[in-house]
Amino acid sequence: MNLKHHLELRNIKLSILGQTLLSLNQTIGPGEPLTVMGPSGSGKSSLLAFIAGFLPAEFQAAGQVILDGHDITGVPAERSGVGLLFQDPLLFPHLSVAGNVRFGIRGGGREVDREVNDALAEVGLEGFGLRDPETLSGGQRARVALVRLLLSRPRAVLLDEPFSKLDAILRAEMRSLVFDHLRDYGVPTILVTHDAADAKAADGILIKLRVR
Amino acid sequence: MLRYISWLIIAVLILPIAGGMILIIPPAFGYLPLLGGDAISLEPWQRLWHTPGISRSIGVSFGTGLATTALALIVVFAFLATFSPTRFDRWVNRLMSPLLSVPHAAAAFGFAFLIAPSGLLLRGFSPWLTGFERPPDIMVVNDPFGLSLIAGLAIKEIPFLLLVSLAALPQLNAQQKVMLARSLGYHPRIAWLKVVAPGLYRLVRLPVYAVLAFATSTVDVAMILGPNLPSTLSVQVVQWFNDPDLSYRFLAAAGALLQLLVTGMTLVTWWALELTVARLFHAWIRRGGRRGGDRLIRVTGRSGMVMAISLSGLGLLALFVNSVAGFWRFPSSWPANFTLSHWLAALPTIERPLVTTLVVAGLAASIAMLLVLAALEQEQRQNKPATRALCLLYLPLLIPQVGFLSGITVLSEMAGYGPSLLVVVWGHLLFVLPYIYLTLSESYRQLDPRWAWIARSLGSSQAGIFWRIRVPLLLRPMLMAFALGVAISASQYLPTQLLGGGRIVTITTEAVALSSGGDRRLIGVWGLVQAMVPLLGFLFAMLIPKLLWRRRKGMQRA
Repeated sequence: MNLKHHLELRNIKLSILGQTLLSLNQTIGPGEPLTVMGPSGSGKSSLLAFIAGFLPAEFQAAGQVILDGHDITGVPAERSGVGLLFQDPLLFPHLSVAGNVRFGIRGGGREVDREVNDALAEVGLEGFGLRDPETLSGGQRARVALVRLLLSRPRAVLLDEPFSKLDAILRAEMRSLVFDHLRDYGVPTILVTHDAADAKAADGILIKLRVR
Repeated sequence: MLRYISWLIIAVLILPIAGGMILIIPPAFGYLPLLGGDAISLEPWQRLWHTPGISRSIGVSFGTGLATTALALIVVFAFLATFSPTRFDRWVNRLMSPLLSVPHAAAAFGFAFLIAPSGLLLRGFSPWLTGFERPPDIMVVNDPFGLSLIAGLAIKEIPFLLLVSLAALPQLNAQQKVMLARSLGYHPRIAWLKVVAPGLYRLVRLPVYAVLAFATSTVDVAMILGPNLPSTLSVQVVQWFNDPDLSYRFLAAAGALLQLLVTGMTLVTWWALELTVARLFHAWIRRGGRRGGDRLIRVTGRSGMVMAISLSGLGLLALFVNSVAGFWRFPSSWPANFTLSHWLAALPTIERPLVTTLVVAGLAASIAMLLVLAALEQEQRQNKPATRALCLLYLPLLIPQVGFLSGITVLSEMAGYGPSLLVVVWGHLLFVLPYIYLTLSESYRQLDPRWAWIARSLGSSQAGIFWRIRVPLLLRPMLMAFALGVAISASQYLPTQLLGGGRIVTITTEAVALSSGGDRRLIGVWGLVQAMVPLLGFLFAMLIPKLLWRRRKGMQRA
């Protein structure tokens, strides 16, 4: 699978109480990661919230987010085609593993069942479909979250410190898994982190923010 | 439509209350053409003033409010100062919700059966300790000073204040603060009182005021436990409203207005007390004492809580024993024989009121849930807090029921609706809605917003998120809130009585009506049925999610 998606951040400026937090102008090509690093309070999470469409009302934002030539600024998150991965896997506790993965897929039927099973098998979770997510290990949950994200066919992906809660060994493993998949899949990715090793693994453009 | 939901809720609650309060004013000054009052006069007030024992009624209402609130608050705070996650305390915590769900009237009956001269308590100590061979001729229940009323109310308000305090505590970071104070040499209880209590009081102030307003103006509990001749002001007002002689309506209106004043005065007095206590408290903190009183606090908290719980529990037991008692001579602790005949005799008459109770409670709780969920959904979707005007929601809890309910009956007559089921449902809504909002808004706002973000980024619409994420994740608090709504509706006496014009008969109105008859066996049966309705509701609310999510470990903790 290799898609050609482009994400463009055009003259983005975020501010709160009249104070500018950050301004940004950047284009991200298919399969490319953009890493935004900075301490807490630098506005890096607000940037993700803005792109994803969840910016709290107390923030002011200017600029446009263009995805594949379409302006998605202010487009409801369910239609903008932007996928999310947080530091917690956030698997819905009331659904099975397969139920979680299916959540982002339109339609149903055997074909989807097979697609879900294949995708789980590809990350080493064959036959885990009916399991309760709570019974999975931390690494397994992170992989289910990744599969759920990919099968929802996002056209761009935002990562919010996705590895910060994993232990050192798992972190290295998940880093390569996530970045390999996203690169193969061919979506522009924005990674927000305060871990320099994340930025190194992403191996793309790096932007460092400062607290103003 | 969803955008105006907050205002719709406020209109549903505030219009009838404001209207009801305004409509009480003209008849209180002699103006009600329908009953021949054409001119404005002070005659109702003169009559009110000349009612025998009126100053005593006012005094008891005023004193009951202050004493009940102070007693409940002291026990709850002293207990919380002692609270630690021991087995005993966790056990107390678990008992609170069921105790809270027992309707006021049922708890009052149980309490009366316990402390009466021929009650369970004295039987337990007679004749071996007291020497009584026959019930002593003393007035324990309905005592002229309202002491039994105060005690009976306090054992109901203690679980309420404890639960709202426990809900507020997590915001205060209590454990760390206490630990810090202890490292500075303060004994644990003193540390809690000095560093946590002031902040906690600020958070539970509104519920405290609600307790105060309720205790000054309760009707059903005062009818069961309060003094007679004269009874409390609120009970007198209701008697005047129900008097077949319609000229009493003017007196009743003036009395209702007076009740509003008395409750208002009690709130002002409490507020003055707050200032005084705060000043003393600051002086105490400044003096820096580290241990003085530690033991006293522990003893007060523990024994007060044990008393409150065991009196409530024993009261329910007393109801049960009375309902199945056969021949039961005085000092025997237990009846000589047990019988189901009281139940069998009462059951045919219980069915209809029970169905009415469930229909009214189901409707009121469902409408309230719909409105509250719509408001909370709107808040989530807007991604900003709801209008501050929603704090008007608490108004029905702070204003005495007699002060506006009679006005609402006039209002509904004017709108062309006589006493009917729907008017009663609306009346119940005034009290069900605030509590449902209080309990549900907390869990709604605490739900991690990232659940909704993830779901939306996976293509789910707002409606989809509500049905596929929020309803399943919040099923337990939602069912609990619904059960609470049912419990509150089922326990309403005055709204049912006044708005139903005596024609809508529920378990509660019937049980309270029985209180004057004094047939203990029958009251035992009705009191237990009354207590069982909310209890079953809470049981279902706890079991349904447990069954539904039995295969999902992550859903068990919530």
